[in-house]
Amino acid sequence: MTTMISWTAANSRKIARDERKRRLGPLGVLTHVALLIWTLLVMVPILWTFLASVKSEDEIFGDAWSLPAMLRWDNFARAWEQAHIGQYMLNSVIVVSFSTFGTMLIGSMAAYVLARYPFRGNRAIYLLFVSGLAFPVYLALTPLFFVVQNMGTIPVVGPYIGLNTHAGVVLVYIAYSMPFTIFFLSAFFRTLPTAVGEAAMVDGASHTRVFFQIMLPMARPGIISITIFNVLGQWNQYQLPLILLQERDKWVLTMGIADISTAAGYDQDWSALFAALTLAILPMLIVYTVFQRQIQSGLTSGALK
Amino acid sequence: MFFNRYRRGLFITSFLAAPVILYLVYVIAPYIQAFYIAMTDWRGVTATPRFIGLDNFVRLFNDTVFWKAVTHNAALLVLLPLITIVIALFFAFLLNVGGAQGVTGIRGSKFYRVVFFFPQVLAVAVVAVLFQQVFRPDASGMLNGPLMALGLGPVGFLSDTDIAFWSVLGVMVWQAVGFYVVLFSAGLASIPKDMFEAAQIDGASRVSLFFRITLPLLWDTVQTAWVYLGILALDVFAIVWVMTLQHGGPDRSTTVMAAEIYRNAFEHFRFGYASALGVVMFFFTVGFAILSLRLSRRERIEY
Repeated sequence: MTTMISWTAANSRKIARDERKRRLGPLGVLTHVALLIWTLLVMVPILWTFLASVKSEDEIFGDAWSLPAMLRWDNFARAWEQAHIGQYMLNSVIVVSFSTFGTMLIGSMAAYVLARYPFRGNRAIYLLFVSGLAFPVYLALTPLFFVVQNMGTIPVVGPYIGLNTHAGVVLVYIAYSMPFTIFFLSAFFRTLPTAVGEAAMVDGASHTRVFFQIMLPMARPGIISITIFNVLGQWNQYQLPLILLQERDKWVLTMGIADISTAAGYDQDWSALFAALTLAILPMLIVYTVFQRQIQSGLTSGALK
Repeated sequence: MFFNRYRRGLFITSFLAAPVILYLVYVIAPYIQAFYIAMTDWRGVTATPRFIGLDNFVRLFNDTVFWKAVTHNAALLVLLPLITIVIALFFAFLLNVGGAQGVTGIRGSKFYRVVFFFPQVLAVAVVAVLFQQVFRPDASGMLNGPLMALGLGPVGFLSDTDIAFWSVLGVMVWQAVGFYVVLFSAGLASIPKDMFEAAQIDGASRVSLFFRITLPLLWDTVQTAWVYLGILALDVFAIVWVMTLQHGGPDRSTTVMAAEIYRNAFEHFRFGYASALGVVMFFFTVGFAILSLRLSRRERIEY
């Protein structure tokens, strides 16, 4: 009896499926065409840049779609050495590693306390942080420049955190990453169960220990998402370093790339520009392809909260 | 008991001290100062600012360049979300329910999602330089090369005052679409499959499947997308500053609020006036945020 019913069910499901397939028609091909067009729109400019990075100067100023007569890898050497892309990339790595680590450390501490410890003023502090999400950074640019400049005059630590210092930029990045980090992570901490932490407290663990050894590991998925978000956001930052770092040897990668093109003249090394662009793009695409699942969910989960 | 309360207070203070101090010094203090600086005639790094009340704002009202910038931001505010969301919804729908049976994803949907997302991981400044080359005005440009070969070019993507703005918009859409395809896909994945199956058994076509099922259930996500893209449109800076001629040109045809603020502050050193422009921008952005929060408060569909 049961087999009978399941057989009929399976059969009618198959009929329904065929019926649906018929009604929807052969849209599959058109679907792929539409998707393929956008794939080309995305990939062609990028691949065209990669191609131009191994062309000679003359070939770059010739027909856009010609193939290079020979592959000029020396463009990359010039971009790395003379256009200082190597230096800028190193600067970016230094700044972003410290700023993301700092953001995650103090951001998660603040988010945890604000999410889990009711006290007078808690709500006000939370709102102060979150309201920063709506402020356009451009209003603060001028005063920020002078704040950082004044930081440079503080005795002893001043020279390390003033204008034209990486530590200064790191502190600014951390401060401007607080709103989203705290907004996202405190929502995350609120969803975690309280029982484990309470049990540990009964056993004599301190508040600090509960945070670092129990709550932080439990919040791992949220921490990973928001770390990715901050790494990408701080790596791609252009506006803040533009006002804070005026000395060339301190520049980050985005500034270096933008400068090669805005300072463009006829004496410009165009093939090195394309090589530099490739050096900025390719590592990002490789890292992204490897971690694409985490990156996609890391970036979009913030928006869905 | 008292000792426990003391320990708890100490813990809260020690955990909040660093973030709160950093945030007050680097974020809140500058914003507050900006409102004061906006009412001074501060020019130049060494000059002493003098209080001039609302003079900057009076001057700003007659500043045609700034209002040109505002109209560009306004145009982006309408067009960027509209175009990006339509394209992204279309692709998300195709990727997730575009399969042969109308309820499954299509083959290779993972590949497409990865590729569509590429531009999102690139820095805006890098994308700006990339497209500066793509848009080159002669046969060496990626677009003008083929166009001229067909006898159609050259198009002044960045040099024609009527076209440059659309080039900026195009690049912004190019960069944003992938993110929203993934965002909408995540939204679609959380809609139970039975919904689509049931609708199809009842005879729904692909079109009504989209408008009657997908769109209403995805409405929350679409609104979120609208707010994000709106903020992006109001905040745009790097793409204009780096990609366009004369930083917002030609002839200010692509300039935006952020570019004018930066130009006034760090090229002309008119700190007072730049801050006044910043205050106006601040009210536009906060106004938009409040407005969109108000409008988006509708009943949710539970499923």
